[in-house]
Amino acid sequence: MLEVSDLTIARGGIAVLEGVSFTLAPGQVLVVRGPNGIGKTTLLRTVAGLQPPVSGRIAVPPESLVYAGHSDGIKATLTVTENLKFWAEVFGHKDYLTAIEAFNLGPLATRPAGALSAGQKRRLGLARLLVTGRAIWVLDEPTVSLDTEAVAMFVRAVRGHLAAGGMALMATHIDLGLGEAQVLDVAGYRAKPLADHDFDGAFL
Amino acid sequence: MIALLLRDIRLAMRAGGGFGLGLSFFLIVVVLVPFGVGPQSALLTVIAPGILWLGALLACLLSLDRILALDWEDGSLDLLATSPLPMEGIVSVKALAHWLTTGLPLVAAAPVLGLLLNLSEAGYKWLIISLFLGTPALSVIGTFGAALTVGLKRGGLLLSLLVLPLYVPTLIFGAEVARRGAEGFDVTTPLLMLAGITCGTIALLPFASAAVLRVNLR
Repeated sequence: MLEVSDLTIARGGIAVLEGVSFTLAPGQVLVVRGPNGIGKTTLLRTVAGLQPPVSGRIAVPPESLVYAGHSDGIKATLTVTENLKFWAEVFGHKDYLTAIEAFNLGPLATRPAGALSAGQKRRLGLARLLVTGRAIWVLDEPTVSLDTEAVAMFVRAVRGHLAAGGMALMATHIDLGLGEAQVLDVAGYRAKPLADHDFDGAFL
Repeated sequence: MIALLLRDIRLAMRAGGGFGLGLSFFLIVVVLVPFGVGPQSALLTVIAPGILWLGALLACLLSLDRILALDWEDGSLDLLATSPLPMEGIVSVKALAHWLTTGLPLVAAAPVLGLLLNLSEAGYKWLIISLFLGTPALSVIGTFGAALTVGLKRGGLLLSLLVLPLYVPTLIFGAEVARRGAEGFDVTTPLLMLAGITCGTIALLPFASAAVLRVNLR
């Protein structure tokens, strides 16, 4: 269960979104939408705990969340298997073969990740989610550079995750065909400039 | 933790990983010094401990920006920060991996290079001991510097400027152990100081590095 209430978030000291509230129950998926630069990434990073909120509350069970950002965190000189195995071990799991199968990485398993195409790298990055065993997926633009077939693989993986009681919070611009997804349009939560942000005033 | 250590060591060993960068720099410095000094073996004996220590320190400095910058660039640092590993553990393991791939080879290579500098016979033992005790501090302090500058494009210059003053105590006492050892004096005081600096940095700096890294990831 992920609960966010009355959240105000800032990027580089400037508030971008305010009053954001939502809850995510097991088996649910929430898609965050909004124009470029509105603060979707900042929202996801704040929920993932990478930066503190300005105000508001994020209630998330400890050790239950996994974040996947714009970059996949892939080491170019390690093979596909070595990359996945590393993340599996970091999260205390052994099974990475299911993830390789789910994203059809079998034929690429022994290749150095640096030799993969952008879409293949992304598939590897998404396969990492499966080896973490975490319940809440926080995904920032997960389908960038994926072809339709790979998007279908991703949707299958998300559905499987939801069926097992998982949750997903993702920012995306394209329609994934996830009919069950709730949509949060953050354009309506654009923050007014913070009153106490009179930076020059402090020096006058 | 062990997975992260093994991954970092494996990455360092692979092509472009930077293993051997510090070592070859150390080799170059030490090989070139006798040419610069000229054929005066007595003078070389005198300066050998200091040159060896300075060479090891600069070689260590060379690879510092790789400790965290590469992980930051490809996004692994964000993912590691949201993983079950505590941030203090991550920076400690990274420092350990840096020492194993940079510091330890320097310790191993130092006696061979000591020969080139006409190091006195009694000096070898203390040179190895002082480097073995001192280089972990260089890696831990360097990781702190790397955490401070992570995310800065071309932060290498700033990193060197930040880290070099912090390296001075280690250099002074490390080179002093090697010098006194080479000249046959008692080494207890500088040896204890060197060990103290290393233990202190290993105990305290990971917390500072982790705190700085959390701020830099925002």
